[in-house]
Amino acid sequence: MKLLFEKSIENRRTHYLSACDVPDVELPIKRKTPLGLPQLSETDVTRHYSELESNTFGINDGFYPLGSCTMKYNPKINDKISGLPGFTDIHPLQPQSTVQGLFEALDTAGQYLSEITGMYAMSFQPAAGAHGELASLMMFKKYFEERGETDRVKVIVPDSAHGTNPATVHMCGMKIINLPSNADGCIDLDQLRAVVGPDTAGIMLTNPNTLGIFEEDILEITKIVHNAGGLCYYDGANLNAIAGIMRPGEMGFDCIHLNLHKTFSTPHGGGGPGSGAIGCKEFLYKYLPGPQIVKEGDSYSFKDYEGSIGQILAFYGNTLISLRALAFIMAYGKDGLPIMSKHAVLNANYMKHRLSERFEIFNKGLCMHEFVITMEREAKGSNFTAKDMAKAILDEGMMAPTMYFPLIVKEALMVEPTETEGKETLDRVIDTYISIYDKVMKENTLAGQFPKNTIIGRPDEVGAARNPIVRYSNPNNI
Amino acid sequence: MAYLLNTDKQVQEMLDTVGMSSLNELYSHMPKELMIDGLDIPAALGEIDILRNFQNFADKNKVFTSIFRGAGAYRHYIPAVVPEMANKERFKTAYTPYQAEVSQGTLQSIFEFQTMICEITGMDVSNASVYDGGSAAAEAVAMCRDRKKRRAYISAGVNPLVQATVKTYSWSYNAPIEILPQTSEGLVDTEALANIDQKDVAAVLIQQPNYYGLIEDVPKIVEVAHSKGIKVIVSVNPIAAALLPSAGECGADVAVGEGQPLGLPLGFGGPYLGFMACKKSLLRAIPGRIVGETTDDQGRRAYVLTLQAREQHIRRETAGSNVCSNQALCAITASVYMAAVGPRGMEDVAKQCYNKAHYLANKLQEAGFKLRYSVPFFHEFVTESPVDTAKLMAHLERHGLLGGLPLNDGGILWCATEMNTKTEMDTLVDLCKEVN
Amino acid sequence: MENPTNLKYSKDHEWLKEEGDKVTVGITYFAQDQLGSLVFVNLPEVGDEITKGEPFCDVESVKAVSDVYSPVSGIVSAINEDLLDNPEKINDDPYDAWFIQVEQITETEELLTAEQYEDFCKEEA
Repeated sequence: MKLLFEKSIENRRTHYLSACDVPDVELPIKRKTPLGLPQLSETDVTRHYSELESNTFGINDGFYPLGSCTMKYNPKINDKISGLPGFTDIHPLQPQSTVQGLFEALDTAGQYLSEITGMYAMSFQPAAGAHGELASLMMFKKYFEERGETDRVKVIVPDSAHGTNPATVHMCGMKIINLPSNADGCIDLDQLRAVVGPDTAGIMLTNPNTLGIFEEDILEITKIVHNAGGLCYYDGANLNAIAGIMRPGEMGFDCIHLNLHKTFSTPHGGGGPGSGAIGCKEFLYKYLPGPQIVKEGDSYSFKDYEGSIGQILAFYGNTLISLRALAFIMAYGKDGLPIMSKHAVLNANYMKHRLSERFEIFNKGLCMHEFVITMEREAKGSNFTAKDMAKAILDEGMMAPTMYFPLIVKEALMVEPTETEGKETLDRVIDTYISIYDKVMKENTLAGQFPKNTIIGRPDEVGAARNPIVRYSNPNNI
Repeated sequence: MAYLLNTDKQVQEMLDTVGMSSLNELYSHMPKELMIDGLDIPAALGEIDILRNFQNFADKNKVFTSIFRGAGAYRHYIPAVVPEMANKERFKTAYTPYQAEVSQGTLQSIFEFQTMICEITGMDVSNASVYDGGSAAAEAVAMCRDRKKRRAYISAGVNPLVQATVKTYSWSYNAPIEILPQTSEGLVDTEALANIDQKDVAAVLIQQPNYYGLIEDVPKIVEVAHSKGIKVIVSVNPIAAALLPSAGECGADVAVGEGQPLGLPLGFGGPYLGFMACKKSLLRAIPGRIVGETTDDQGRRAYVLTLQAREQHIRRETAGSNVCSNQALCAITASVYMAAVGPRGMEDVAKQCYNKAHYLANKLQEAGFKLRYSVPFFHEFVTESPVDTAKLMAHLERHGLLGGLPLNDGGILWCATEMNTKTEMDTLVDLCKEVN
Repeated sequence: MENPTNLKYSKDHEWLKEEGDKVTVGITYFAQDQLGSLVFVNLPEVGDEITKGEPFCDVESVKAVSDVYSPVSGIVSAINEDLLDNPEKINDDPYDAWFIQVEQITETEELLTAEQYEDFCKEEA
């Protein structure tokens, strides 16, 4: 389809403002290059975005099993409550006495999330999971700086971790210790004992881990790190398996981040905005980023703590997103959240069990809310790769699973059905996966040919990276 | 219950298939001592009461009908078409467009966003956005650093909250950050810049218009900085950029900014939209996602996430940034805004902001509020206050007006946009006169 | 593809051409084949000091970044700037697409002949 710029017609526009009601004043300097935005009517704009929308696969277009992404249904009430003018139309620098309702809502959300995760307090300043990771590691850094333990610069990250973990360590000026996983994909306790020491700042862990396996030795793991003087950080990407069932705080974690856009159903927005709320134990409270919302008597206010790592955004986080998470927790309540997680885990185990008839599954025992298929055998033997399988799935009107992650599993397809799918959908999906598998295994030449029914075929990614075209250029201006 | 689908009967069938007798058995391999016995949060609420709760929270916030405060968050008119288009269900609920074949909508919209940001900033390359203007500035400083040049300067005229964000990131990375002083006229002190020891200095971050609303001489700053081998990052207001010389035109290396004025509600500060754009030579240094144009297997035009080898999921600990998500939905919102309003509309919005701020400044001066600086300003300006600021603000608040932002040194930072009518401004000034 | 017999090879899959006190370095056919279509190469600067066994540049494919290890210690005296714009030349003709030239060489790791290298690759594959 055409780009907005290709639809532009000189002098076409829609007026949104009335004539200016004050005298005109001349600007002292002006830009010389014309502002090359498209010139369109509102009709053009609406048609354009309607077409773009139809070229986008949303959560309600079909099964969306992206492993580690928790693509669950996004309840409509969340949009409604976060769109109330009492939230959308308040200025971040208006007097704190005039935003008491917002503070109360965030404080409530903080209390619920602290109870769910076993933390002392939460901060909603981080804008995304990676941002929460960064804030958490900065808190570790600050904590050790204050204690004069500046030699603690090494952070242990398992090799199954998401790439943001090692990148975060680098941004905190610390050094990464890559910990190879054992054959089951879990932390090897002996290896862990061998790498901790007086230079250990901490460990970054996801539990269940990125393979959908619960680290059963978790209490021992956090103990080893604590005994060495380090701190334990919990990457909450996979909380959906254990919400209301176990608390990261009781596993020994000192600091956590939550992806509110995963477990707590705020939408992914095609890549963001998310919300990466972080929580910590009491001894780390004062290091939290930005100001904290505190309640004194009946009123709330922002309080800046000496020791805080400082601002990590200009204002206070993706507030309108964080509110949705509170609505979601209210909808499930104390008894509902654990059942939610159990359904997520049951759905994953059901799919894993039935798919294991054909596919090789990395997870040997029970999985948690997700599992990993490995197509290594098929890739080697039949030239049928994980990518081929994923692209064939797209042809069936479903989103493909996460491909090639985690990196420690070859030809990985990571499946996370979430709790918001019914058995009848899972059955249909399983049958589809198996039928694709059988068809391609019978006729290998098919493997590289998918997808055929999507709006474009496989794009030339090599060409895109070799000769980057990252903006439209008007051919008439060149 | 809430949003679950499987009935008890279906759950039982699934348990039978996997050979289990109860849901709890799914957790039977976990350490027993970790299993918790119930959560101490309220019981489930129906949607009707969730809404009541939130309406109650919202009612306790005060929505000001007239706002004369900016300082990084600006109330502009948002055409009805903007949220209507941007909040379409698929845009809102889709994941990051990793599967290009079913994500051309998101990808094309970001490609268009990148192009519009390049137009606004006069740069060659834009990324798909980052969290907000503060983190964009921090990422920009980081992208300009190299092994030999780790020091950076921030102009004292940059929004203090942006300064604070850049400082946090720099402290974290063990990289020195210094403040570049301003002249008594509130502008970047180019003489001070000329006198710094440039040995290990990577970049200087300035803001246009600056925090006090003043229009900086960006070409001059660029000339001085470049003569010392220092890169220039300009944090620009995208509305002002419709009229002022673009960062690229002024010779800057990187342009960043807060995209909130482009159709995003105030929302107490978030979600907002950080934009980042740069010269072509810095293409591989810019962090975050980038969408590129290519062709599919049948030669049709297609869009993909590209240059991914810079990013954390491939480069891991050697990546320049850990940033993973962008603010795609906010980027679409800004794109719809720019597409609907168009270049002439953007100029009109900017011009009305400019005119109204000058009208307000004149009126306030007549009422005894002295302008602190005499150099040209855009849509914000600082006055001294002839009366007690707290008293003044309280009086305005009682009448539903949010006055300018009281600064720590007794000044007031005022802002006017196209939203402020002449009548509203006259009322404001009359109310100001009532305070003594 | 044949590995030219006038070149020497490292176990990290670089080729070396020795001319007087100058050495030219590139990556082998085997290496580029393993990496897949290359989209960018990050070369060092002339004058940089490089160390035997340590990375001196990295190459990017669409989905991976790989370090290239130096078989010698010395000073970079020239870089093949053509590769910056045309990384595909590494895939098209790896023995023509040299990366860097090195002078003032102080150390060289143990190198293989073409024949030895072919045997080595068979073991690796």
